[in-house]
Amino acid sequence: MAEVLFFIAGIGAVAGAVGVASLRNAFYAVLALVFHLLSLAALFLLLRAEFVAAAQVVVYAGAVMVLYVFVVAYVGGDASPVRHPNKTQVRAFAFLAAALLFVELAIATLGSGLKAIDGEGAPYEAGFGSPEQIGELLLTRFLLPFELASFLLLIAAVGAVVLARRRGGITTDDERAVSFREALRPAGTGTMREGVRGLIDQPVSAPTGVHDAEAMGAGETGTRGDRVSTAAGTGASSSPEDQG
Amino acid sequence: MAIGWYLVVSALVFCIGAAGVLLRRNPLVVLLCLELMLNAANLALIAFSRMHGNGDGQVFAIIVMVVAACEVCIGLGLVVAIFRRRLPIDVDELRELHG
Repeated sequence: MAEVLFFIAGIGAVAGAVGVASLRNAFYAVLALVFHLLSLAALFLLLRAEFVAAAQVVVYAGAVMVLYVFVVAYVGGDASPVRHPNKTQVRAFAFLAAALLFVELAIATLGSGLKAIDGEGAPYEAGFGSPEQIGELLLTRFLLPFELASFLLLIAAVGAVVLARRRGGITTDDERAVSFREALRPAGTGTMREGVRGLIDQPVSAPTGVHDAEAMGAGETGTRGDRVSTAAGTGASSSPEDQG
Repeated sequence: MAIGWYLVVSALVFCIGAAGVLLRRNPLVVLLCLELMLNAANLALIAFSRMHGNGDGQVFAIIVMVVAACEVCIGLGLVVAIFRRRLPIDVDELRELHG
């Protein structure tokens, strides 16, 4: 029974991987990756890693893939593909490199002196792979990696917000609309229309110094009251300088 | 099943992911193929954890998943920023780093 389940899940994982690497539509590639992740979770269950399998399904196939789907829907799939003159050579090189890598890994796996590779693994003890065991390891022996991972998540969240902000992040020389609502809007926010059309412009009212100070986070509060005083003080006629 | 079979599946998925990173030109799909490679490494880690019968490999795999989530966060933020600047969503066109 375990062999049958292993082959079903293994074929599913490899098929999902091939789908991710070969499907032209990015949306279908994301769905193929979801299928691959679910097959991998089945393999983890066969290896008695219950908690990792559950985390894989919930965190990866759930949360991360929803993020991917949103970004694919926002950006869209492939643009019109530009024909490269040496595309066939690049493809041949990629396939050759991957095949050589697989040969090398197979030699490393088959030629290793590990006798336990041919076996079923260590005898199963009750509680192996359970949340209790993982939690105890994370909070005793691997406490430092655990804390570092939490710091890394915080840094990544802040970085993603700074990168994907509507304004004040990366600016271009696009045309800037002047309106009263622009003056009242906090720095770093934008409208739904800009989100659809991809317009980037800076807040009209803020001079460069104030805008710099607010780009560091003071303007991210989302309240409108703190901007009104500065907007009224500068007037809507001051032209903002480019920061790019 | 013997542990070696799991390692073979892991190697296959890793090589497919590497080929995808080399072949595809959409940065979103390149990120997806990077996820494939990380997941293949995770499968190998958990197979070895089963082989030795202790949970260290599983903790390692969880930390790898955290790092992969961070990588996705930053990568997708970069893709959105590139899209907002109306640059081409194509890694071959994005060779220069000047703004």
